[in-house]
Amino acid sequence: MNRMTNSLDFQAQALTLRAERQRIIAGNIANADTPGYVARDMDFAAALREATGTQAAGSTMTGASATAPGHLVIGSGSTSELGLKYAAPSQTNLDSNTVDMDRERASFVDNSVKYEATLRFINTDVRTMLDAMKSPNQG
Amino acid sequence: MSMMKIFDISGSAVSSQSQRLNVVASNLANVDTVAGPDGKAYKAREVTFQTVLMGTPDGVPGAGVRVSGVSEDQSPGRKVHDPANPSADADGYVTYSNVNAVDEMVNMISASRSYQNNIEVMNTAKTLLMKTLQMGQG
Repeated sequence: MNRMTNSLDFQAQALTLRAERQRIIAGNIANADTPGYVARDMDFAAALREATGTQAAGSTMTGASATAPGHLVIGSGSTSELGLKYAAPSQTNLDSNTVDMDRERASFVDNSVKYEATLRFINTDVRTMLDAMKSPNQG
Repeated sequence: MSMMKIFDISGSAVSSQSQRLNVVASNLANVDTVAGPDGKAYKAREVTFQTVLMGTPDGVPGAGVRVSGVSEDQSPGRKVHDPANPSADADGYVTYSNVNAVDEMVNMISASRSYQNNIEVMNTAKTLLMKTLQMGQG
């Protein structure tokens, strides 16, 4: 039973984290003109590893985890329980806002595509399971 | 369902940007206003944005925007020597509003771009949510 839902559980965690990251990037885009706002992002690989920690420990699943957003400065800035990090400003701004619209939009699209990919994985898992449950004479 | 919060976040940004666009419109409309009988000309206005946290019971709060205030530019108005104008003062100078049309146009473009960005975010979130609703159906 566990083996059957293992992959589904993993993808469900990934989907939740993707939705969370989407929300964070939406907040960054919303605050593109707010003075003093500091852009934030999630280290997705670390967050997923933490969320699925016990489950994926011995399996090959960890190799399939999504890539980390490349612009994060690892080890700098503070982190919260979700592994949120502050983005390093690429160009300094007089109002000390660190939202880089090009980067945020790229991350947003990247995250939406990966969200859809995760959804598709879930759908395929479900279909595979349903196919396995069918009796042979059902076609 | 943290995806639903995106509509709150981007919605707050859209309404803030439209308020900014409103202020720009009133500034541009008053670019050639002269001082009234009280001697005070129209002063250019500008909105200030502030991050407002949109709390979720669990996890990190989302970052929305609100207009924290509208401030008036206190720089002196443009003075033009025109003794024939009925609004001219004793020395023949007419005081116009201190609106800088170029600044306002730049502000307008920036506001409309940000508005579009947030609308696009909402559209993407909607598409993803619709696909999530169909999860497991094929």
